[in-house]
Amino acid sequence: MEKIAIVGVGQTRYEKRKKGEIFYDMVYEVTTKAMEDAGYTLDDIDSVITISNDFWDGRTISCMAVQEAAGAHDKNVSTVEGDGTFGAFYGAMRVLAGCKTTLVVAHSKGSEGDSKIITNGMFDPVYHRSLGLDAISSSALQANAYMEKYGITEEQCAMVSVKNHGNAGNNPYAQLPLDITVQDVMQSRKIADPLKLLDCSPISDGAAAIIIANGENAEKAKTEPVWVKGVAHCSDAYFLGDRDLADPRSLKDAARRAYAMAGITDPLKEIDVVELYDAFSYMEPLWLEGLGFCDPGKGGKMTEDGVTAMNGSLPVNPSGGVLSAHPVLVAGLARIIEAVLQLRGDAGSHQIDGAKTALAHGINGPCGQSHCVWVLGRD
Amino acid sequence: MAKRVAIVGTGQTYHQSHRLDVNGREMINEAVTRALADCELTIGDIDAIVIGNMDHFESINYVDTWSVEGSGGIMRPIMKVTTGGTTGTSVAMSAFYHVASGLFDRVLAIGWEKNSESDTSAAIITCSDPIWDRFSYSGAIPSLATEASAYMEQYGVTQEDAARVAVRDRTHALNNPYAQMYNRPISIEDVMESSMLAYPIKLLDVCPRTDGACAVVFASEGVAEKITPQPAWIKSCAVRHTTTWFGDVDYDTGMLSLQRASREAFDKAGIKNPAEDFDVAELYLPYSYAGLKWIEAMGFCGPGEGPKFIWDGNTDMGGKIPMNPSGGVISTNCIGATALLRVAEAAIQIMGKGDKRQVPDVKTALATGFGGCWWSDVVVLGQDKPE
Repeated sequence: MEKIAIVGVGQTRYEKRKKGEIFYDMVYEVTTKAMEDAGYTLDDIDSVITISNDFWDGRTISCMAVQEAAGAHDKNVSTVEGDGTFGAFYGAMRVLAGCKTTLVVAHSKGSEGDSKIITNGMFDPVYHRSLGLDAISSSALQANAYMEKYGITEEQCAMVSVKNHGNAGNNPYAQLPLDITVQDVMQSRKIADPLKLLDCSPISDGAAAIIIANGENAEKAKTEPVWVKGVAHCSDAYFLGDRDLADPRSLKDAARRAYAMAGITDPLKEIDVVELYDAFSYMEPLWLEGLGFCDPGKGGKMTEDGVTAMNGSLPVNPSGGVLSAHPVLVAGLARIIEAVLQLRGDAGSHQIDGAKTALAHGINGPCGQSHCVWVLGRD
Repeated sequence: MAKRVAIVGTGQTYHQSHRLDVNGREMINEAVTRALADCELTIGDIDAIVIGNMDHFESINYVDTWSVEGSGGIMRPIMKVTTGGTTGTSVAMSAFYHVASGLFDRVLAIGWEKNSESDTSAAIITCSDPIWDRFSYSGAIPSLATEASAYMEQYGVTQEDAARVAVRDRTHALNNPYAQMYNRPISIEDVMESSMLAYPIKLLDVCPRTDGACAVVFASEGVAEKITPQPAWIKSCAVRHTTTWFGDVDYDTGMLSLQRASREAFDKAGIKNPAEDFDVAELYLPYSYAGLKWIEAMGFCGPGEGPKFIWDGNTDMGGKIPMNPSGGVISTNCIGATALLRVAEAAIQIMGKGDKRQVPDVKTALATGFGGCWWSDVVVLGQDKPE
């Protein structure tokens, strides 16, 4: 793959409700931050990808609300409806295809909608919606399938929540830094068996932006470029009953192709830090298995053994992850940004020393039907 | 290095106002199956998929993951691209960039809409800013009516002039069995007597709402030539989604986004005189007045000269630059597919597969998309590889 790099990043603070800002304001804030970070002006940007979703925004043509705020006036612009990692993928393809740079920006305000109705809308209207399936209840089915198949315990999942909320204490952008214990998680309110309140991510408001540049333009940026080593996405089947929910095979496929591009043969050895989409605590070990960091069924033990802790051999979600801030669509882009900050050495008090290669990951659809995997590197 | 990209196959459904015989996924599958058959590929040959529609027209969230049984996206990369009316061209361009990036060799682009499953106007009203625009420019027609009124005032254009455009497109639809308005010709008198929706726009001046889908296969240089003897090469594409608020649009100067997008795309493709250099145009004209004013924005004729250009028959079949041989948007409008149909029809003309709607000897073709807040997309296609 030709050399392309992420040269600028920007995030809002993620909050429960951003009462003072509309979509336009949030997008303007992060677009400006990303350009300042890169030392770019609007003239340096020749392509823009915005990321939004009409259901979450409560508006048809949701991208219409942010075009100018995204700096897209008089530029080649398009919109991806899906997680930020997928939008960033389109941005990367544009740069590979000959654009100098692409600015990718995502926004979301969970506070302005009803996540149950919105995520119920991703299920089949005839057969499944009336069952009340939504993001939480379908994920509970997946958690049960995973625990049943491999004997993963609720306590192991709770450890993920404790770790990630603890990590969030070092991330000024996170919404939910919490100093909690496994017992706190276990005793928190039951949401949908086996998921308890502290196993679930919050609903957040926020926006994030990155700038991807080709080799020549990366040199013009004032930041140290973070190179895209490999990136791939893949979707599984749709009906939950058609899938083995404990086997994230589309993630395995996406990871396989991203690793091949990046020349990675032993991810556990070669990747220094991981930012993945832990919308629920059980997802972290399950996605770690799909990403090939351990054998199927061993993800829980990995957490238990402290491998994924800040001082472990493979720190996972030093930012606090999606459990600590979940602006839908933005969350995957935030994972990429956190990976970039780690590789630049700009992650402040949640910095992993000497990180050279990082992985960022995002999901689309129910129970991680579709995955996008990014491998980023300093060299 | 960036790769050259061509269209190698297209497929579309037979379009109707209500497709009660299929669900959304089945309808998508109809178009996909036809596109694959057209280029003699199977779904196993497809490396990635791009799909687009408007969420609220069917009330399905996350259509990329919902659609996989119809689109063929199981265990394949699939992403959703949506930009309102321009969705179809946005999907086409995303497929173009997929291939041009060098990451994928054969990419399937899908646009679809099952408009019968919702209240289209109720859904589209919410695109307007809830505070500033929603009470004045709510939905598709008000801003079009503003433009048409201003244009008539500025150049002395008449309602009959616009009706001539609607009659042209509906006459062309006689040649396209896929069109929703197939075999339903109209006269200028019919247009003038149809019910007024928002002055000066009458029922037969505007597009219908349609159930339908379109699929297009894009392939890279080196692969495309092996799939078909005459690929339709993408010469250039450009996008301008210039404004956010309907109140910010200058309805007197008009289609700024189309002027700018066409200028960029034409420059890249070496088009100097569009009326001479193009052999056919498939334009996203959602209402008849656009067929007068917007062709001026692209330079097919001078400002205010649209009506004469149309009355002289230049844009009819057999004319200097036939426009919308398919019958256009006024004859078929499955919104998420509408702009992709323009690209597909332009490719069909290049590939010589237009049957009764074929324009002879098409070497260069134009496709456009319109949507959002007066946004424009432009795609130039050609028989020869771009430089």
